Amino acid sequence: MALSARDRLIKSKKNNSYGELRGKILVTLCALIMITATISVTVFLTTKGLQSFLVNSVSPIEFLTSTNWNPLGDNPGYGAFPFIFGSLAVTFLSALIAAPIGIGGAIFMSEIAPSWGKKVLQPVIELLVGIPSVVYGFIGLTVLVPFIREYSSGTGFSILAGTIVLSIMILPTITTIATDAMGSLPNSLREGSLALGATRWQTIKKVLIPAALPSLLTAVVLGMARAFGEALAVQMVIGNVRALPSSLLDPSATLTTIITLNMGHTTYGSIENNTLWSMGLILLIISFVFILIVRYLSSRRKI
Amino acid sequence: MMASTITIEPQTNKNKKREIDKQKDTILEIKDLSIFYGDNQAVKHATFDIDEHAITALIGPSGCGKSTFLRGINRMNDLIPIARNEGQIIYEDINLLDKNINTIALRKEIGMVFQKPNPFPKSVYNNITHALKFYGKRKKKQLDEVVEESLRKAALWDEVKDRLHESAFSLSGGQQQRLCIARTLAMKPNVLLLDEPSSALDPISNAKIEELILQLKEDYSIIIVTHNMQQASRISDKTAFFLNGSVIEYDETEKIFTNPAHGKTEDYISGRFG
Repeated sequence: MALSARDRLIKSKKNNSYGELRGKILVTLCALIMITATISVTVFLTTKGLQSFLVNSVSPIEFLTSTNWNPLGDNPGYGAFPFIFGSLAVTFLSALIAAPIGIGGAIFMSEIAPSWGKKVLQPVIELLVGIPSVVYGFIGLTVLVPFIREYSSGTGFSILAGTIVLSIMILPTITTIATDAMGSLPNSLREGSLALGATRWQTIKKVLIPAALPSLLTAVVLGMARAFGEALAVQMVIGNVRALPSSLLDPSATLTTIITLNMGHTTYGSIENNTLWSMGLILLIISFVFILIVRYLSSRRKI
Repeated sequence: MMASTITIEPQTNKNKKREIDKQKDTILEIKDLSIFYGDNQAVKHATFDIDEHAITALIGPSGCGKSTFLRGINRMNDLIPIARNEGQIIYEDINLLDKNINTIALRKEIGMVFQKPNPFPKSVYNNITHALKFYGKRKKKQLDEVVEESLRKAALWDEVKDRLHESAFSLSGGQQQRLCIARTLAMKPNVLLLDEPSSALDPISNAKIEELILQLKEDYSIIIVTHNMQQASRISDKTAFFLNGSVIEYDETEKIFTNPAHGKTEDYISGRFG
């Protein structure tokens, strides 16, 4: 028997599809878990990170600017500046190396040799992503550090070693995003320039790179965010000393390496432990700045 | 480097000569041209002459090979790895399909405007100077002159003269297309290839583009692909009707539209298929 329009079309319990509701609840729950996790970590890190300043009355100015890190001495100093500097130094230096190579590789893949470039370079990049950071660190320790020691007066453990290891680690991030950025440029842009009598390289340089620039910068910033947060591989090759480095060949330390090295042997609640949390908070804040930069760049994308 | 050595004859002398003898010269001789995409033959043995300082319309249903034919003339098909040519396109005694052709210099001399306006994400001014800079024009004054001249020729100057340094994307679709024509004219081409230049535009912009094309005929040889029968009959001197890659009929536009020799041409222009 045919149902009336009222039965078929008016909302009622009988024809309400509970599957719809179940699906909606399921995905909302997933979203809520993610949001809760993020907020919890942020709140926890903020309260823990502020304790050294609020409870242990470490001066935030001293923490951010002093180069004296000596939490266990008779006259303890809590200057984390060398580590902040170390983190930023390896991040920017590795971006300086990886950005041109990564973007160059991306242009090769998308513009010069799209067919076999993708066939060869794509698997190489995926392989690079798949290598665990401990392996990068291990290779750096066994190959890079002795190599640098051979050609310099130091021990080989250095900012340079950390930078090189990090640049290789962030290369896939930059290349992948940059390749997507170049690939998403409309073909009409290429044809428009070539049809005017511009060469391929002139087209790449004057039309394609400027058009993709916000996305390319996003690629670099995301690579930097990855470099900034990396701990293990850097720790294995950078030397982990407290002093401010004076050259690329000097050993140094980063926020992440100091946290991983010291978290095991400090007592929970002690000043030193709390200052490690403060370093974690700084990592979070700077990562947040990276995200803001990426957001800003993405909003400037024109095409 | 090669490109900068090519000089283009001033157009005005040729114009005067043409007025005297009224006889149309041939700018391009298409000889048994076939274009393949892999195994698919998109253009089949096309043979006809294209007049200088005239508008030649290419009509035919979608996929009939007319755009492929157009892109074959300035070698844009070279960008497609599987594309392959046979036959000849003779231009001033040389074969444009020759391996030794410098396609970069060729595309400067045989300019192309595409169906969808494709301005660069730059200012109006820089859209025009973009390619000029690659041909040794770098002085501000010289560039200023070419920008104004090309925008005037493209009937866009009055609308954009106060916003030359604004983004080209701030222009309307019709203005963008005239900008694309202007930047092509700035290269001082001999031949203009127009691939459905007004099909993405509203009727008013379309009318402006048509008016513009008619004016440009004075100085350039124009080949236009169009799906718009009225457009072809309004502006072109000669029309070629393509079907499945073959040139079915090529004649004076008036004859094609009033008394076509071929039944299929008549069917197409009267809207029975396509």
